Order: sequence, then structure tokens, then C-alpha cells
Amino acid sequence: MEKLLHSVYLDEEKCLGCTTCLRSCPTGAIRVRGGKATINESKCIDCGECIRICPHHAKLAKTDPLSKKDNYQYTVAMVAPAIIGQFKPKYSISQILSAVKALGFDEVVEVAYGAEIVGQALKYEYHAKRYPRPLISSACPAVVKLIQVRFPELTDNICRLKSPMAITARLIRKRIREEGIHKNSDVGVFFITPCAAKATMVNNPAASEYDKYDLIDGAIAIKDIYSDIARLIGKCPHQEGLHNTTPESCTWALSGGESDYLKNKNVLHVDGIQNVINVLEEIECGKLDTIEFFEGLACIGGCVGGCLTVENNYVAKMYIQDRAKTMKQTSIIHMSDEYVRSVYNSGMMHIKERILPRSPEPLDQDINRAIEKMKQIEILESKLPGLDCGSCGAPGCRALAEDIVAGKAKEIDCVFVLKDRVRDLSVLTNELLQVEHPTEKPLIKKEEM
Amino acid sequence: MSYELVFDVKRGDFDTAGEASRKIKRTLQQLGVSNKVIRKVSIAGYEGEMNLAIHSSGGRIVLQVGEEELVLTIEDVGPGIANIDLAMTAGWSTAGDEVRQMGFGAGMGLPNMKNNADSFEISSKIGEGTKIVMKFFV
Repeated sequence: MEKLLHSVYLDEEKCLGCTTCLRSCPTGAIRVRGGKATINESKCIDCGECIRICPHHAKLAKTDPLSKKDNYQYTVAMVAPAIIGQFKPKYSISQILSAVKALGFDEVVEVAYGAEIVGQALKYEYHAKRYPRPLISSACPAVVKLIQVRFPELTDNICRLKSPMAITARLIRKRIREEGIHKNSDVGVFFITPCAAKATMVNNPAASEYDKYDLIDGAIAIKDIYSDIARLIGKCPHQEGLHNTTPESCTWALSGGESDYLKNKNVLHVDGIQNVINVLEEIECGKLDTIEFFEGLACIGGCVGGCLTVENNYVAKMYIQDRAKTMKQTSIIHMSDEYVRSVYNSGMMHIKERILPRSPEPLDQDINRAIEKMKQIEILESKLPGLDCGSCGAPGCRALAEDIVAGKAKEIDCVFVLKDRVRDLSVLTNELLQVEHPTEKPLIKKEEM
Repeated sequence: MSYELVFDVKRGDFDTAGEASRKIKRTLQQLGVSNKVIRKVSIAGYEGEMNLAIHSSGGRIVLQVGEEELVLTIEDVGPGIANIDLAMTAGWSTAGDEVRQMGFGAGMGLPNMKNNADSFEISSKIGEGTKIVMKFFV
């Protein structure tokens, strides 16, 4: 199970060991060893930064092929709100959904539907007494993992409402069960995902401790089916009425989309993993005590910037905003407060377990030994050049010092230390060459002089 | 075995403000201190760091980590606090508009430090400086 903790993985043949990815990783999970990048699975949060930055496209996300649906008699595609930003607004949302359906699905459902429910339920959940302020959105699984790993003190702030993806899947399953036509095991539900972290939630529910379910049978990357959709869009049979959501739920794919449901509160929404880290640091030290709700999304722009999307995230944002503005009244569903409340009160929306920290291991379980190691790290760090060049395979000099103390690296992994040693050695070699050995015949050169 | 971290903070140095608290947090995590204690030290440390940058003529933060307790000392070289009781009152601040504009100066710094620490001592002399010693039990 450990092996499947995340869905970002390395294509070893493509990896040149170039160290570009090292410093892009917000949790310092990558090292280059034996000329190839390696990912520390307990530190990886599936943010996709390394996938985006790798110049050789050696970092990939584990998702399912479209053909996986062939294992099921009846198939449902659940599309992430981000998908409507992938195609020009001249195509209607119904046309996009029809094209997805034409890939061979029996049904296509918008996850925006679940997003509308979660968004409205957020107003109730906000008042639950168990949360310290600010309440932190659980929408982005990479940010939830980031908090577990790097901000363990904030895990109790994380909203325990399940994701729109999970809610949508449960409602689909419930409806199909009630219709009684298809056996549950014959039904395959697939999430069309913009992001690697969601793929992890689907493929390994156990890895996402905060959202245990096995309602979804696969995660298909938007980019893997993009060209097929583009080929079919506007040409395949067009089905009206496929699209029924609200303009608000469509903007869930953008940073701030969720926050808009808490209009009268002090909300702060931040996108881009490094920006999220910076703001969480301020929250952690108590500086932002007037903020009531914090929405952090790992990708720039929000889910539209997911590493499994195709369209530029700013362009996609424009398309989504454009659609939300001009959405036809006929396709807007009116979700009554009563309905949302009934779903909310049913308990199906809540993550039962507490979201627990996944703090990195301390240097040592014994504090005295940990202190001893900390001192060794500092001495080693002071001897390193401080360039954070990455040539040693670690993201920086401090990380190398930590790796050395942990027994995972050597001082001479640093090229500068190695060069110093070579210089010392060559000085010594020269000195030794000058020494006249008692039985050595004088050099010819010397005789001539 | 004990361990010490030292940070110098200059007056008005907002560029690096928060760096000491971040380093303190990371160090304590690596030493295996509980998250609950880290949170308290982070908050108190950050308040102290901001106090040095806003109110003092410069000072120093020292964190001593021992087996049983953490000692966080925040010491500056002036100007000193005229009325400590008043300064400890929630909401009372001498911060100027500029500082308040940046979201500081709500008068919660010292009370926040006291609330988060297991023990809190403050002494001050006008013209000489202020020294705060906070202890946190591990």
C-alpha cells in the first residue's frame, strides 16, 4: 500500500537526472540518486509541480486509460468543472458534455452539481463548533496533504466536508441503486480529472485518510482524452439537458470559486503552492486572526491550472468566467435550501475521521540524540558552499547536511567539497614527489642543472 | 544536552520578519517537539519578533531547547516600556498608523505571548531595554 501513496511517478528512461525538479518540490521530497530522480513517497503531496517543471517530461501522474471503462456494463463519466475551461466558449457546455459521452459513456454528470451542494452546505458547516478559525477548505487534496505534512498544527482547521467529486459519485450511485436497473458492481464511475492529487484519491482511497470511499472506479486525465473530445465536439449527436448546474458551481474550478459561497465572511483565497505555503505560515503564527475562511489551491488559477489540463490556465479562466456570465437560464438548476439541508443532515457529506497530521519524522525519537544530530547538521552545513546548486542530488546544502547525518549521503557528494579534497590530495602528491628517497637515483634533470 | 538558536532582529526590518519564527518551527519539528508546543512557541516567537521590529531599537531572540523545557528569551536594547501593566493590557498599543496599516499594532502582542507561554516574565528599564523570558514545558 505504501507504494501507492501518491500518483506522481517517474519514467526512468526519460529522466536524465538533471536536478531541475529538485527545488520545485515544496516538501523537499525529491533526490537525484544514481543519475535518476527519486521521490520520497511519505513526503510527496501530489501537487504536480515536478510534472509541470520537468523539461524531459519524465514526471507523470498515474491515471487510468479510457479503455478501463470497457470492464463495466454501464458507465458514468463525472467531469470536473475545470473541463469547461478547456474548450472555446463557442461550444456550449452541453456540447462539451455530449462529446465526453460520445467517447462511449452511458451517462455524463457534472461534478459541478456536487460542488453546488458542497458550496451551499459550507454555510452550515462553517458554524460547526469543532473548528478553530480560520476554517480551511478541504477542496484541494494537495493542500490538505501539505497541511498534514508541513502544518500539522492546522489539521483541525480543515473542513470535514467531502469533496464535490465524492458527493457527486455518491449521489450517482444512490440514484442508480434506486432505479434498480443495473447492479452496483456492473456500474463503472469515472472521474475526468485535471489533477494528480484527485487521481490519488480515486486510485487509492486508503491514501486519502480524510475521504475513504470506493465509489469511483477510475480517474482519467483530461489531457488524455482532450484530442478525442476536440474531434467530436460539435460533430457528435448533441444532447440538450445534459448540463444542469449553476454559474457559481462552474467557477469552483477557479481560485475563489468556493469562497464565493461564504460571501458575508472574511475569506482569503490563494492559489499556487508556494503562495499557499506563505499564507499558511502567517496563519500558523497567528497573524491572520481576522480571516474566517481560507481557500488554498495548489495550482495557479485553481483547478484550471491542474497539471493534467491542456489549455493555458489564464485562458481557461477567461472561458469559464465567460460561460458563467452567459449561462442560459434554462440550464441552471435551482437547488432548494431544503434539498441541500437534507443531504447535509443525512451525514453522507461528512468525513467521519479526524484529519491527522503526517508530520515528518524527527531527527531522532530521543530529544538528546536529536539535538546532537542537529548540531552535526549545522557544522556540516557551515562547511558546504551554500549555493544550493543541487549537484549533490539534494535540493540544497541544508538538505545535503541532513541527508549526511541521516546516513543517506556523503560529504564528497558536494562537488565543491570533492574539489577541495582533490586539491589537498594534489598538494600532498606534489610534496611527496619532492621528497628524495634514500635509494632513489637523482633525476636526470637535476644532473643537468 | 541543550541546544540554542539565536536571531538578531533590526528595527523596521520587515523584509526578514517572520524568518526567526519559521526557523524555530522547523527546528522544533526536527527535534521531535509536539505540534501543540510548536504552535505556542511559533505564536509567541512571531509576536516577539514583530515587537522587536516595530517597537524596539533592535534586539535578539534566543531559543534554548532542553529535555524538559524550551526557553524563549526576547531582549532588546531600548527604548524600554514606561508602564508594563498598561503594555500588558489587551488592546493597548503605542504603534503608529503606519504599523497598524500593515496589520500590526492591535495591542495583542504581549498578552498573546503570555497566553501561549507556560511561564512569562517581563522586565524593562526606560533607556536600557526590555527583556522577556518565556518558558514552555515539553
